[in-house]
Amino acid sequence: MHLMYFTEQPMSAYPAQAGLDFGATALMFSNKHFDPVAGSRLYNEYLEHYRIAEEVGFDGIMLNEHHNAPFCMQAKCNVFASILAATTKRVKLVLLGNPLPLAENPVRLAEELAMIDMISHGRLVSGFVRGGGQEQLATGVNPAYNRERFEEAHELIVKTWTESGPFRWEGTHYQHRVVNPWALPLQKPHPRVWIPGVLSKETIIWAAKKRYPYIALSTAIDATKKIWELYDKVAAETGYQGGPEYRGYLQRCHVAETEEKAMENAQQFMWMQGEFTGLAHPVWSSPSGYFSPAMRTAFVEFAVGRRSNPRGAAFEDQIRDQQIIAGTPKTVIPKLRRLLEETRPSILGFWASDGFVSNQDTQRCIRLLGQEVLPALRDMGKELGLWSPFEANAPVSLAHPEPARPAGT
Amino acid sequence: MNIYGGDGPPALVLHHDIGAPERPAFYDALARHFTVFAPAHPGYDGAPRPEWMRSVRDMAVVYQGLLAGHAATREPATVTLIGLGFGGWIAAEMATMAPRGFRRVILVGAMGLKPERGEIADQALLSYIDYVRLGFADQAAFGRVFGAEPPTAQLEQWDLNREMTFRIAWKPYMYSPTLPHLLGAVATPTLVIWGARDQIVPRECGERYVKSLADARLEIVESAGHFVDMEKPDELASLVWHFASEA
Repeated sequence: MHLMYFTEQPMSAYPAQAGLDFGATALMFSNKHFDPVAGSRLYNEYLEHYRIAEEVGFDGIMLNEHHNAPFCMQAKCNVFASILAATTKRVKLVLLGNPLPLAENPVRLAEELAMIDMISHGRLVSGFVRGGGQEQLATGVNPAYNRERFEEAHELIVKTWTESGPFRWEGTHYQHRVVNPWALPLQKPHPRVWIPGVLSKETIIWAAKKRYPYIALSTAIDATKKIWELYDKVAAETGYQGGPEYRGYLQRCHVAETEEKAMENAQQFMWMQGEFTGLAHPVWSSPSGYFSPAMRTAFVEFAVGRRSNPRGAAFEDQIRDQQIIAGTPKTVIPKLRRLLEETRPSILGFWASDGFVSNQDTQRCIRLLGQEVLPALRDMGKELGLWSPFEANAPVSLAHPEPARPAGT
Repeated sequence: MNIYGGDGPPALVLHHDIGAPERPAFYDALARHFTVFAPAHPGYDGAPRPEWMRSVRDMAVVYQGLLAGHAATREPATVTLIGLGFGGWIAAEMATMAPRGFRRVILVGAMGLKPERGEIADQALLSYIDYVRLGFADQAAFGRVFGAEPPTAQLEQWDLNREMTFRIAWKPYMYSPTLPHLLGAVATPTLVIWGARDQIVPRECGERYVKSLADARLEIVESAGHFVDMEKPDELASLVWHFASEA
């Protein structure tokens, strides 16, 4: 198994009532409420959490980014990946990921990622995402071409990594006279690419066709099983067999010394989901052209308040469906076993705390996970045959069917 | 390009970014004087989406081709061109391509020019219903046209139309930086009409159209918002007819 630590890097240090009064805390919620003194403190706390995660035995640190929203103060995952490339020694740096459509210059992204891979001695896993709906608005990028830009930027980055320059790129959304960056990834054929997602079938199918592992982000177990049914079907049509090495899952999982404390802190996962502060205005989170055409009816009704959030569920339901797991190490391990048995992922991210959970409780949670939960999961992984892409020497992709290795090793 | 109705001299009506409602009262009022052509823009109101299209100028060229392909509209200076809001931007682009190509041009609350003081309202930040309501000075008129609670099918159509608008007018949003420099050559007499209470496109844009065009004047419709055609259909049709009838 490949076990990762993850935090959304919540920026909870703002007046919550102001968020409630405004009714949404993304995109248009004024950054006059952003406190850079708290921001400076929190960034450094998060760096310390990553350090501890490596110390207690996590295999990877999962990073992501969002824009214009307190639920995630990491505005550029490559910045944290750059820091961690130099300050950590062993963990994989798993970016899930860079939002490709937001990039006006994907070659710049290819360069940055190559630098991170070299500085970290080949520890980069470079995931790519479409970016949230409101991030298209935050960055002024046309939501109607989101998927086209995602696919074209991906093709350009992989070509930049794998074919010698200089070459010229005349695409639909990107044109480059000269592609010839003087920085290339250490890993050959290129760093592994994992694709996270929540909802869009299109992304699952795309990942399966590329033979990239897909990381289901905190979906309910039944929904996760449907994802793997689809992935495995496309894999078979594409000519390979799906399985654990192509399956990742991000699990909200808070651990504490007592059940009561764990459950109390786990309530903070609802902070990010807007229960306490309001989250995204539905129109901003689903701009026209961004979402799957198959979901059009659901989203237009959501946008005018005729339907609840297609992505939302109550805390109790998420506890019941194990989208949120909370407890002592002793009680969370059987729940995690159920997840592993029923959905068979080999890549498992632990989203350990959120919102207002204290620095002290977060550190305690990371240590309990590392010391008591991860060893049990490793045993289960062996018992259930959940070999990660690294353990299975899985190919990087359909186009580049070899495992990734640092050059010169 | 099918005839909507009426007889008389040809008039081409270009609809808003939100599309056109069923049997618009304004079209019927126009049809008392004109042979009305009122097609759905490519990609709007169920018309097939031109995946290649990237600009409002592309759209204007497509319309020039459609006019050239129809017996009733192909002769220069026969068609009265009426553009509503976003359609007004398309009409202005068409006028620059054929400086003497139309009999008259009427721009109603037209997008296409960058306001110097205010802003063109950004529909990306507003729900489908809120955006359309913003275009009405009189909310009762919204109810008369769309019903107090527009059905989901209408919302889906608004979403598809919005997506097409994003495809061709996302950035800069709802204006062309080069259009003002091209308007000066337009020799066609132009009437610029603005709702006094337009909250989507500031009235200064109307003033700028008048200043940029060689032969234009501004007419204000009191107590109307952006969707003048839906709030004051008869008054607007009458303004159009009188302007088109002037010697």
